[in-house]
Amino acid sequence: MRRQAKPGYIHAIGVGVCIAVMFAAGMAAAQESTPPPPAPAPTAPAPKIDTGDTAWVLASSALVMAMTMPGLALFYGGMVRGKNVLGTITHSFIILCLVSLIWVLWGYSLAFGPDVGGVIGSLAWFGLSGVGGEPSTYAPTIPHQVFMLFQLMFAAITPALITGAFAERMKFSALLLFSALWVTLIYCPLAHWIWGQGWLAKMGAMDFAGGAVVHISSGWAALACALVMGRRQGYGTAQLVPHNLPMSLLGAGLLWFGWFGFNAGSALGASALAASAFLATHTAAAAGGMSWMMAEWLHRGKPTSLGVASGVIAGLATVTPAAGFVGLFAAFFIGLVAGAACYGAVVWKGRLGYDDSLDVVGIHGVGGIIGILATGLFASKVINAAASDGLFFGNPGQFGIQLVTAGVSVVFAFVGTMVLLKLVDWTVGLRVAADEEERGLDLSQHEEQAYSK
Amino acid sequence: MRKIEAIIKPFKLEEVKDALTELGVYGMTVSEVRGFGRQKGHKEAYRGTEYTIEFVPKTKIEVVVSDALSDKVVETIIRTAKTGSIGDGKIFVSNLEGVVRIRTGESGDRAL
Repeated sequence: MRRQAKPGYIHAIGVGVCIAVMFAAGMAAAQESTPPPPAPAPTAPAPKIDTGDTAWVLASSALVMAMTMPGLALFYGGMVRGKNVLGTITHSFIILCLVSLIWVLWGYSLAFGPDVGGVIGSLAWFGLSGVGGEPSTYAPTIPHQVFMLFQLMFAAITPALITGAFAERMKFSALLLFSALWVTLIYCPLAHWIWGQGWLAKMGAMDFAGGAVVHISSGWAALACALVMGRRQGYGTAQLVPHNLPMSLLGAGLLWFGWFGFNAGSALGASALAASAFLATHTAAAAGGMSWMMAEWLHRGKPTSLGVASGVIAGLATVTPAAGFVGLFAAFFIGLVAGAACYGAVVWKGRLGYDDSLDVVGIHGVGGIIGILATGLFASKVINAAASDGLFFGNPGQFGIQLVTAGVSVVFAFVGTMVLLKLVDWTVGLRVAADEEERGLDLSQHEEQAYSK
Repeated sequence: MRKIEAIIKPFKLEEVKDALTELGVYGMTVSEVRGFGRQKGHKEAYRGTEYTIEFVPKTKIEVVVSDALSDKVVETIIRTAKTGSIGDGKIFVSNLEGVVRIRTGESGDRAL
C-alpha cells in the first residue's frame, strides 16, 4: 500500500497534465457541441420564473457552499492534529474548486441530463450547453442555471465528506485524482438514479435532499477508504486527539446554518414546503444534539462538547432525505434516534477496529440509512402533496422502495469506491510514506506550517 | 552561585514571584512545562474513545542567586508554592559556574 515517496515534481507534472488535458478537451468540446434536444414540452401552462423562488434557491446554493468551505473544512480541521490541519482544510477547499469545474463541464449533464437507459444522463448538456435562464422540468419556477448551481454544491460536499475517513494519511495527488473519479463515476450516476430521470426515481424512491445521494454514498465510500488505506500510525497507542475543538465547534455551527440551504433549499421554492423542511431540519438537529449528549452522558459519565456537535450533525444528516416529507414529531423522533444510534455506531467502530478518522461511516453512513428508511415510514402527502405516503400512513410499499434505495446506494458506493481506490493506488499511490505521515501532511505535502510557536 | 529550578503548580506563580522579588531576587525565567511525579494525569474522551493524559501542566521557575541567598529562596518558594496536596512540585538546586550580563559584559555576582 505504501510506496517509496516519488519526487514531488513527478506528481505535480502528472496531476497537472491530467487536469490540463481534461479541461482543454472540455473547453474545446463545449465550444463545438451541437445544440441539445429540446427539453420535454411541459403539459401545464409555460413555466414562469418566480423571483422569490429564485432568490431563495440562489441563497441556498451559497449556504450549501458554506457547508463545505468553511463549515466542513473547519469541523474536520479542528479534529485532526495540528501538523495536519492545513492539509485537512485544503482537502475540502480544493475539492470545492475541482468539483465546481467538473460539474459545469460534464458532471451536471451526467447527473441530470437527458436520460440514457435509466442509468446515466447523456453529455448533451456538456459545458452547460442548453442550460440557461429558462426553467427546467426539475424546477419550473427558477432558471435552469440556478437549479444547476444548487446541485453543484451538493456534488462538491459529498466527496469532501469522505476525506474524514482517510484524514492524516492521504497523498494530495491521490486525493485529487480520487475525488475527480469519484464524483464522475459514483456521485453522478447515483444522483441520476435518484434525482435525475434514473431507475430508482422511476421506481418511486424518495430522497428529499440527499440521504442516499450524499450521506449513504459518502459514508460507505468512507468505509472502503478506511479499510483499503489502513490505520494511522500509532493507532491504539498514540494520542490521536483533536488539536482545536473550538475550530470544530465553529465548523459544526456553520454546518447547521448551511443545512437550512441544503434541506429547505431542496424545496426549490420560497414556499410552505421550504418552511416545513426548515422546521424538520432544525428540530432533528436539536433533538440529535440532545440525544447524543444524553447517550454519552449515560454511557461514559460526562457529556462532551464534541458530542453535542456530533449529535447535531447526526440529526441533520439523518433528517436530510425526510426533511420535505415528514411532520414535526417525525422529525423530532428521527433526531432522537439519530443522536443515539450514531453515538452507538461510533463507539462500536472502536470495537471493530477500523480507522475512520473522523467518523464519516458512523454519522453519515449510518445516519443516511436510518433517514432513508425513516422516510419510508413517516412520509405524508399532507406535508408534501408530491410525496407518497409512508408505512405509518398506510403505504408499506414505500418502505420497501426505500429499503432497496438504501441497499443499492450502500453497495454501489462501497464496491465502486473500492475499485477506484485500487486504481488510484496502482497509478499514483494512496498513502503518504511513513516519515511523511510522522512529519505531518502540512509539511510533507504542502511545505507549510499552520502555527508558529 | 546557585541555580534554583522550581516546578510548581501554575496558579501559584504570581504568589511565588511576588515573594521572591520582595526577597531581593531581581530576575527569573519562567516556562510552561508538562510532567508527572506521583500526581496522576487525567482522562479525555473524543467520540467515545478514551485517552489517558499522563502529563500534567506545570510551571518552571529558574532563578540564579548568590550562595548566601540560596537557602532563603528555597524556603520562600516552599512557603508560597505549597498547597499540601499531591502535585505541589519539586525544587532542584545546583551549583553554577558563571553568569555574564550581555549588555555590559559584567560577570560573577555583579551580573546577578
